[in-house]
Amino acid sequence: MEFLRPSDWDEAVAAKAAHPDAVPIAGGTDVMVDLNFDRSRPGALLDLTRVTALTDWGTDGDLLRIGAGVTYRRLIDELAGRVPGLAMASRTVGSPQIRNRGTVGGNLGSASPAGDAHPALLAAGALVELASVRGTRRVPVTDFFVGPKRSVRTPDELIAAYLVPADPGVEQFAKVGTRNAMVIAVCSFALSLDATTRTVGTGIGSAGPTPLRATEAADFLAAELPWESLGPVPAAVAARFGELVGAAARPIDDVRGRADYRRHALAVLARRTLGWAWADLGGAA
Amino acid sequence: MKVTCVVNGETRQADDVWPGESLLYVLRERLGLPGAKNACEQGECGSCTVYLDGLPVCACLVAAGQAEGRTVTTVEGLAPGAGEEQLDRVQKAFLATGAVQCGFCTPGLIVAVHDLLAREPEPSDPDIREALAGNLCRCTGYEKIMEAVRLAAAS
Repeated sequence: MEFLRPSDWDEAVAAKAAHPDAVPIAGGTDVMVDLNFDRSRPGALLDLTRVTALTDWGTDGDLLRIGAGVTYRRLIDELAGRVPGLAMASRTVGSPQIRNRGTVGGNLGSASPAGDAHPALLAAGALVELASVRGTRRVPVTDFFVGPKRSVRTPDELIAAYLVPADPGVEQFAKVGTRNAMVIAVCSFALSLDATTRTVGTGIGSAGPTPLRATEAADFLAAELPWESLGPVPAAVAARFGELVGAAARPIDDVRGRADYRRHALAVLARRTLGWAWADLGGAA
Repeated sequence: MKVTCVVNGETRQADDVWPGESLLYVLRERLGLPGAKNACEQGECGSCTVYLDGLPVCACLVAAGQAEGRTVTTVEGLAPGAGEEQLDRVQKAFLATGAVQCGFCTPGLIVAVHDLLAREPEPSDPDIREALAGNLCRCTGYEKIMEAVRLAAAS
């Protein structure tokens, strides 16, 4: 096994082109587990922790561009006001030790349907920036995931960054697990409400072969919310929204939960996050 | 490959490192520092917690090569000298309150508490529980550990 240690982004992209089988490693919270348990023996590890370009963030027009190597800890400490939903999701990742190392770039690279960052990225309408020696492309996160632990990233590409609206609406996130820390989600849900465009974003985690959106639920809610009056959300609207979110999931029975439980819990999370988000917008209870 | 890093204030070099091995393995098996414990090897238990460039991390999830040129502090590096009198206040508090039973989780907890108190000198009980959420103890039921943290914060 080789250990490739690029010192900047150009070197990293060139190394990936020369070693398409190299496994990129940042926080190591997935990659090292596979190595420790002898589940994989890649030909090379490509260490990205020396590439400082990956740990920057800043505005890019009306988008916020966050380097793939920014840790969950830094998302919470530095970016909670700019990416509130993603910061909430970050607080539920692992433990302090894991949040000090783990990155959203790694979450996207692993492309697990249970990745904690994914629902918030889906709800925010994020773009994923992929780069190779052939060039750079930005893929809507809705098109990024193609199956369990599979994405559109090609073997010569690295995840450079992700981009979200620089001026987000209100965002909420909730996750079901057996305890408050060190939990792989049984299911999770992210919601964003943009009062300016009167649009709704959704993201479902850990209840399908990939992270999913609930587009029918989002369209229904966008049409029914009392955006003008900011009056109370009718109970029937909240209930129907929850039902539609549950129906949008494609869960299976597995060790963490049953499919019907996941649909039920998602309906509850959808109603709850709607209540919190509506309150954040200044809406009546 | 070779890995050189500063461990507990000293520049150390490990030879013949396999590129897939962890910082934890380097510390324990190559540098003679068995303080950080090897338990779950998947970041779940916190027994291998060490500081890497000032942040507590699970040493089992750091690839050895990622530590090249970095600064590592293990539980062995927290006390300025040998002997019980020289122990860090967190170590003294764990001894005084009986927060150590089998002792396997203790080194990781000591580092995690040391970091907590550096960031938050007067933590509330929920602050303590949150900070230690990544450190599992199967003996104490955590109450003695809570006592130890409160005592260390007060001392």
